[in-house]
Amino acid sequence: MMEPGVPDRHPDRPRTFWTMRRRQLLWVWGFLAVPVLFYGVIRFYPTGQAFWLSLTDWDLMSDPSFIGVENYTRLFADPQFGRVFRNTFAYLIMGTPISLILSFIIAYALDRVRFGHTFLRALYFLPFITTAAAMAWVWRWFYQPAPIGVINDFLSGFGIPQMAFLNSTTWALPSIMVTAIWAGLGFQIIIFMAGLRAIPNTYYEAARIDGLGDWAILRRITLPLLKPTTVFLVVFSSIGFLRIFDQVYNMTTNDPGGPLGSTKPLVLMIYQTAFSSYQMGYAAAQTVVLFTILLVVSLLQLWVLRERT
Amino acid sequence: MHKGILFAGLMAGISPFTVTAAQAVEIEYWQYVFETRVNAMDQLIAAFEAANPDITVKQVTFPYADYQTRVVAANMARQGPDVLQLFYGWADQFIGGKVIQPLSPDAFPHAEIEADFFPIVSAMKRGDDYYGLPTAVRSLALFYNKNLMTAAGLDPNTPPTTLEELVTQAKAMTEVDGAGNMATAGMTLDMAGQDHQWWREVLVRQFGGAPYSEDGATVTYNDAAGAAALKFYTDLQLVEKIGQRGFMDEGQAAFRAGKAGFTIDGTFRLGSFRTIEDFEWGVTELPANAEGVRSNYASYFANAIGAGAQGEELEAAQKFLAYISSEEAMQIWLDVVGELPARRSAALTEANLANPVYAPFLKGLEYAHTTLFVDEAAQRQTTIDMANRILIEGQPVEDSVAAAAEAEQAILDRAKK
Repeated sequence: MMEPGVPDRHPDRPRTFWTMRRRQLLWVWGFLAVPVLFYGVIRFYPTGQAFWLSLTDWDLMSDPSFIGVENYTRLFADPQFGRVFRNTFAYLIMGTPISLILSFIIAYALDRVRFGHTFLRALYFLPFITTAAAMAWVWRWFYQPAPIGVINDFLSGFGIPQMAFLNSTTWALPSIMVTAIWAGLGFQIIIFMAGLRAIPNTYYEAARIDGLGDWAILRRITLPLLKPTTVFLVVFSSIGFLRIFDQVYNMTTNDPGGPLGSTKPLVLMIYQTAFSSYQMGYAAAQTVVLFTILLVVSLLQLWVLRERT
Repeated sequence: MHKGILFAGLMAGISPFTVTAAQAVEIEYWQYVFETRVNAMDQLIAAFEAANPDITVKQVTFPYADYQTRVVAANMARQGPDVLQLFYGWADQFIGGKVIQPLSPDAFPHAEIEADFFPIVSAMKRGDDYYGLPTAVRSLALFYNKNLMTAAGLDPNTPPTTLEELVTQAKAMTEVDGAGNMATAGMTLDMAGQDHQWWREVLVRQFGGAPYSEDGATVTYNDAAGAAALKFYTDLQLVEKIGQRGFMDEGQAAFRAGKAGFTIDGTFRLGSFRTIEDFEWGVTELPANAEGVRSNYASYFANAIGAGAQGEELEAAQKFLAYISSEEAMQIWLDVVGELPARRSAALTEANLANPVYAPFLKGLEYAHTTLFVDEAAQRQTTIDMANRILIEGQPVEDSVAAAAEAEQAILDRAKK
């Protein structure tokens, strides 16, 4: 139907049910139905199912029976959960700022380099397109004690005592985080560089004419105008660190998340509970907690960073 | 329940197997992918089909990591196999989930099973019923590097027979570089490998204890014997300094690379160690304690009949299971896969007992124990953590044993619910 007040552009054409607008809507919804259905069946239905399963004691073999919030009370009383929770936030709280600051510095510098620019950029991007598992195994080998570990061989060549790296409850988590940061760096650099390029040159020219120094330009122009890029990367990288799994699992396959659970993130605990112990209900309760954390952290970040945009 | 079936369908993928029942009966056999095992089963199926022209057997395999999930998912979708292979430690879950059915005593008389098979077959018995029979069994032994022994001035033909000799000989082979780092380990220390089995079923018993109660429901290693056994193990690194956890990443890797004198491993490692070309190695029984007490840990994959098999399929499945647990099948399995026969008569032949590689494992079977795991990965983890608390954090041995016992008891209790 035509909206009132809009003149009918084809007064001589008979009015049918299938107006242009309706036909367009049909097409739009026809195309949208595919992803909507896909997400409904593959994403939202299992998500809803997970909430229900978290209230049962399903072991994959017998029928799930309703046990109320028992999984949740067990989870919050589980000493392993406390450790895993701390580990997960350690990855987030250290990983996100370090990777963002590093990638910004590199992107900022790369943006000014003309000589070998493409080559350098490709070099930084290379880790991002490499399989996480392969990368994790190479780093795992770097971190080994002498006589096979590259780093420790190097250290002992100078008579410096070995670092325990993955064999230490203190250093294992930072060691794994380094590889995770390195793996994601290329992507963040590219996004930052795109953001930098998107700032119109006229602002810089105006600032120079006004006599602003490099530092003032960075603080007053570059950083504020990069805010949308930064918000995107903060949220993106936070979610990445909260969901860290590949690096940890591949670097500690003998003692997953070890030693003594010092590197185990929430996702690995969920994986073990579900597919090694077959406690699907308990694992579902853990995913609900992870979902809540991801939601809260993402919303919080969007809210905090929105204000000053 | 239909939600469960939908979920199972999603996980199992679309099942391409629709049984076309003409005159011939077709049954499905499931196992996980491992090249030699699949080849051996192909041979067995060919021989079985030649003898039973009215039965065809279809072998279906999945990667090990997916195997359990596939079986469970297919069972929920009523698409389960007729005969399947399972680790003995999964028996409780598979019985509870009605994945497998008890073996009929008419087709498989209990007296015969108990007389012919090694005693560890009892791990497949629940109540009055047997739920599966093994083709092959695995046990542990001590592998030694003859070249390293010779280099250390030891006689490569007299490997250690007692724990004390194990320590002295390993010490002779240990080498430390100028910076104080271990260059060659006398012995591998790898709880995540087979050492947790060695500690649980062998060392604890040799120090006078028992790891679990008779029914496997209670942890009983939290005593002086358990602590002494653990102290012996952790002292290998802390006091004797003949090995180091994490050395060369994995114990078997260190031994393969010729950087470790001794390692404890199972029959399943033979295939990998047979490709070693840089040095000569040998195998011997696990060392006895000072009083001559020996023990071993044996395990196996059993074959069982799926809960869905009925009528003529059940009959065919019984025939097939009887064949793949026959002496003839066990010999083929030994030749192709290298795993030891589960029947005494097939295992303890003169040829096998004279074989320098098989003999130590076979002797071990006579006095082996089988842990009734309810969640192998989780129980192994408690043992790994128990050693790490001492080796990394310096926790007193008694405290660490107590904490491990408490954690493992909780796992056992949860499984019983």
